[in-house]
Order: sequence, then C-alpha cells, then structure tokens
Amino acid sequence: MRTLHRFHGGIHPASHKALSTHQSIVRAPLPNSLVIPLRQHAGEAAKPCVSTGDHVLKGQRIGTPNGMLSSSVHAPTSGTITAIALHQIAHPSALPDLCVTLIPDGKDTWIEREAVDFRALSVSELQQRLRDFGIVGLGGAAFPSDLKLRHRIKVDTLILNGAECEPYITCDDMLMRERANEIVRGIFILRHALEADEVVIGIEDNKPEAIAAMRQAVCAAQLDYAVVAVPTIYPGGSAKHLIKVITGLEVPSGKLPTDIGVQCFNVATALSVKRALDDGEPLISRIITVTGNVEQPRNYEALIGTTLSDLVALSTAKSDTNRYIMGGPMMGMVLPSANVPMVKASNCVIAASDALFPPAPPALPCIRCTRCVQVCPAELQPQDLYWFAKSNNFGKAQEWSLADCIECGACAYVCPSHIPLVQYYRYAKSEIRERSAEKLAADRARERHEYRQFRIEREKQEKAEKLAQREAASRSAATAAPSTPSVDDTQQMRINEAIERAKAQALAAHPKNTDSLTPEQQAEIAAIEARRAKILELATDAGADDEPHKIS
Amino acid sequence: MITALWVMIALAALLGVVLGFSAIRFKIEGNPLVEKIDAVLPQTQCGQCGYPGCKPYAEAIAKGEADINLCPPGGDEGIHKLADLLGVEYKPFGGDAMPKAKAVAFIDEQTCIGCTLCIQACPVDAIVGAAKQMHTVIASECTGCELCLAPCPVDCISMPAVEERLTDWKWKHPVYALRKIP
Repeated sequence: MRTLHRFHGGIHPASHKALSTHQSIVRAPLPNSLVIPLRQHAGEAAKPCVSTGDHVLKGQRIGTPNGMLSSSVHAPTSGTITAIALHQIAHPSALPDLCVTLIPDGKDTWIEREAVDFRALSVSELQQRLRDFGIVGLGGAAFPSDLKLRHRIKVDTLILNGAECEPYITCDDMLMRERANEIVRGIFILRHALEADEVVIGIEDNKPEAIAAMRQAVCAAQLDYAVVAVPTIYPGGSAKHLIKVITGLEVPSGKLPTDIGVQCFNVATALSVKRALDDGEPLISRIITVTGNVEQPRNYEALIGTTLSDLVALSTAKSDTNRYIMGGPMMGMVLPSANVPMVKASNCVIAASDALFPPAPPALPCIRCTRCVQVCPAELQPQDLYWFAKSNNFGKAQEWSLADCIECGACAYVCPSHIPLVQYYRYAKSEIRERSAEKLAADRARERHEYRQFRIEREKQEKAEKLAQREAASRSAATAAPSTPSVDDTQQMRINEAIERAKAQALAAHPKNTDSLTPEQQAEIAAIEARRAKILELATDAGADDEPHKIS
Repeated sequence: MITALWVMIALAALLGVVLGFSAIRFKIEGNPLVEKIDAVLPQTQCGQCGYPGCKPYAEAIAKGEADINLCPPGGDEGIHKLADLLGVEYKPFGGDAMPKAKAVAFIDEQTCIGCTLCIQACPVDAIVGAAKQMHTVIASECTGCELCLAPCPVDCISMPAVEERLTDWKWKHPVYALRKIP
C-alpha cells in the first residue's frame, strides 16, 4: 500500500458527476460544418497550410506549428475548406480568432494512416511525431505534449492524472471506464519516452468503476503500474497537487515537475499519444461532457470544431438555460455564446440556469476571516492578494506570489462575503503581464533611441572628418601649385603632346601611289592641283571673314 | 596633551587619505537618480514634456528643473511612480497634457511619396523606406510618439488606436452591483 500525502487546503464541493455517468460515451453525429480554431493549444497559433476551396481528407494537417511553443491542427473529417477567417471562439473576451471552416463531404475518408513502432523511434523523433500529430494535454491547459517529454534530470515517476476533481466533469472517468486498454498502451509509450522508473495512475476515490477498469487493464497488460485511489478533494486534479499527494514532493514556484524528477500527463492525453503512434491518427476528436441543465446529460466523442450549441442540442437544453459554461463550474468560463467551436481543451460544457447556479449575492467587505487562507491549495494569503489587486498594488501582489495562484476558486467558494476573489487575481495577473510587456517594449525603445542618437553623432563626425580632409587637401594644393602642375595643366599638356605626335605622323606619311607614274598621270595630277589652287584663291577672295581652307 | 593632539592629527590625516582615495576609486559616473527616473518613463521619446526625449526629461527632473506631471504617455500611474521615487507630492496633469489611448503610426502607402521626412523624425527608427520608395511603419517598434505626423508633406500618416487582440486581452477590474439598502 502506498503512503499518500496531503496538500494544504482544498474544498469538497458537491460533485454532480453521477448526472452524466449513467450512459456510455456516444459518438456525436457528423455536423454540417466544422469551425476549427488555429489556436487550440498553449503558445502560438498554428499557421494555416491549406487554402479556401481545398478538399482535405480526415486527419490531413491544416495548420502547422508556428515556433517552439505551438502544435499542429488537423482536419477532423474529409470535406472542403470554405473559409479561413475570424470566427468567435470559446474565450471570455468574446474576441474572434482565426479559424478554418470545413464543410464535411459526409464520406469521412481518412488520409493514409501510417502506424509506427515507437521503439524504433528516438525520443526526438517521437517528440516530432507528437508535434506533427497535434497532441496536446487534454486536461484543460492544452500544453503541447512533445515539450513535456523534455527533461533535464532523470524522471523517476510518471504520474497519470485521472483525478478529475472539478464537479460535473466526467469525460476522463468515462474514458477510463471504456477505453482503459488504450490508455494503458499510451502510458507504456510515454514511460518508454521518459524512461521513468515507476508509473502511478492517480484517480480520485469517487470513481470506483474507473479505478477497477484501469486496474484490470494494467493487470491484463502485465505491467507494474500502480493505480492509486487518491482522496476526493478539490483541486486534487491540479498536476502540482496530484504530484504532492502521490510523491510528497512539491514543485517549487516557477519550476516544472520535471525539475524534481516527476512528469504528469492526463489519461486522455495518453490515449491520444497511443493513437498517434499505433494507429497514425492525429488528435481530431475528444470526449466532452454535456451536462447541467439538460435533459440527457452524457459524454460525447465529438470532432474538434463541432459547435458547442450542436452538442448541447443533442442533450436537449432545458428551457430556462440562460448561459453556457465551458469547463467546470469552478474554473470554467462563461461562454460569450454557445455558437463557438469545441477545441482540444474543451472537456465539458455545462448548460447553466439561475436555478442551477444562483447568481452570487452582492459582495460585502472583506472581514479578514481568513477562511480563504485555510482552503488555499497554493498556501497563499488570498485576503491580502485581494487587497493588493483591488488597490492596483501589483508590485506587492507579485511579492505575495500571486503568480503561484492556480485560480482554482476555492477561496471564492468559501468566502462568507461572496467576494469574486478569482476575478481580482485574474485582473491583477493580466495587468502584471501587460506591465512587464510594456517594460520590455520601453527598454527596447530606449535602446533603439540611444542607438539612433549614437548613429547620428557618428554620421556627423564622419562628415566633419571628410570635410576637414578636403579642406586640408585644397589648402596644400594652393601652397604647392608652382612646383606641381594642377590637374588642368597636366591635361592640357597631354593634349598638346598628342597634337605634336599627330603632326609628326602626318609629315612622315607619304602617299604610296605617287611613285613611278606615267607622264599622262603626272600631267593629270598637275592639272588637278592647278584647279585646286584656283578654287582656293577664289574662295579666299569671296569670303574675307571665312577661315582659309586648309588643303594639304 | 601633546600626544593626544598628535593622535588626533594622525587620525585626521589617515581618514583624509582614505576618504580622498575612495572619492577617486569609487566615483559614480553620472547621476544614478537619472537612470532611475528614466526607467520609470515610458520611452516614447515623444517630446511632449518639452524636452527632446525621455533621458533629457529625466535629467531635468533630477536637477529639479522640470515638474513630474509633464509626461502624458506615462499616464497617471507614471506620475504616482515618479512621486514615490522622488518623495514628492503627487500632481495631476495640468492644462492640455492628457494621456491618450495607445496608438501606433500607420502610413497610407497609396499616398506616400517617399520623401523620407518621417524616417528622419522617428526617434526609434521604426519607419523603413528610402527616397522615392514607399515607407512603412514597424508596428511592433512604434512608440506612438506622433513625431512623424507633422513633417509628412502629404498627411499620409494616421494614428489608429491599438485594438485589443486575443493575445493581449486583459481581465477587467471586477465590477459588481452593490447591495441595495432599502
């Protein structure tokens, strides 16, 4: 039996998970159109590599990674690209982002799928494969999985996160119940890539069926993975907290789990890793829970890009539904509209009504009861952070380690004054982020300005030097004029020399046809010469102003 | 009595030598306060303060020649920061010096005649182009100082406000209803 550890704080909200676990996962029907956002992962958005009008096959890459922290995006079915344009996405800002619109042709034709033996691949080839196949963490943060295979020190423990601590969400639970064998195969590949000593699959003890299914799959595969039932406490599914519970190690602030020899993957990510290698299938679908104020809450296997309202329609939202939440009720976001596409990070959509989630009563002043301190899993001082955020004292908030806040909402959950604490922390975090970006921009502007001034100064100096050189040259020319001929003089001299040479040549030349002439010819020549002389004479008389004709 | 006097003289001479050496060895180049003030200023180099750049303004503040409320791009927060740094009273913006929304220059490339006047005016070399060639602004380097607007002979430069994008979207300060007192 493994000794488990505890993390500070945590809460026990009503789980409401049983709502959506009665029915098995069902494949959502092929929608009429798919809108696939190019930013589905942490980091830079993918670059589109198809154009409008292209026919694509299922699993064909439509977006390539842009930079280090990025991933690929694939066509979830075969069809025609009708637009690559801005479309509203699931984001609290309600701002649009670049999306590819795909009209399915209904044939669902796969691109050629090529399975590879992962043992034959090096770790970097394996990473490249995951990057090309768009594998990202499916727990909610959508961090590119290939980057999580990097580690500086040896990874002792590989943890598989099946905790799923948020209320309402059951997609990982159902996935473990129904596809445990595939998950275990994925874990095998991840362990191979990380060369981890031990594998621990952490599942909260409110999911006995999932634990049983996973244990059975591990047994069937004859592997030594430990399937551990961890106590149900929110936010026990946060990677850092699951690591603490299972290993007793704490990930230091600003460090990665691999820095302490641990790595953590979501169970659904393990399954998609298996599909990428064993089946040659990129990440184009996922399990999503549709629950809350709906007639038939259940889990769907839906294609990425399916509109959330289509999914909700499959479960029939009740008439008093007035908003939709993507993710869980604790950390999820209220969607600007249900007409947004599902992305790789969409684990749950909750139809919400005022009856189900009553609006929070008006906030009262903080009475510093410190109940938030007691439940904060990051061991922060939420009441102080609230004060600093409210008064825009961001420097102090940073000193109080605001960056370590995981925005789990436990503090707001217990606050007797109903203060929306997490909203304050999010506000402060984005202000801090903006200020640091501004600081960087200001530093760059300063540098550029200083360089410009330096350049202008240098140019001025160079000009002055040139001018001084020219002046010095002309002054020396003026003083040394008698001894050395100036440029014009030498040129004139050359011209004169050339004239002299030409004259000498003309004198030296003799007409070759004047030797040995017959008397008739000589007489003829004499006559011509006489005529010439006469004409010359006449011409000289006629034009006194004219220059005399030179006849040689 | 004499011994004590000698001891005092010797001590004074020794300490004088130490102080004199330190003054030369550990001499600080420039005023460190100027650097600190310059770090607070937004580096737009716009000259709205009446000085030819952020550094000269910082120098003027350090000398006590300039007020701390002359920098509109720094905003109200900038004044507060300067007041905190210098230990002086906060002063609101006076007259028509009011902060504007962040904007970057945009050159209408159809109208641009390629005169290079804006390139010469840009304090951070954020405009590229050559004589009789079209010019364009490197938006990521533009500080929004508006110094390129005045020299343009064909008025082809505008200053559109920077729109909020998904990548730099910010959570807003929470606003919620106060309880109604009956």
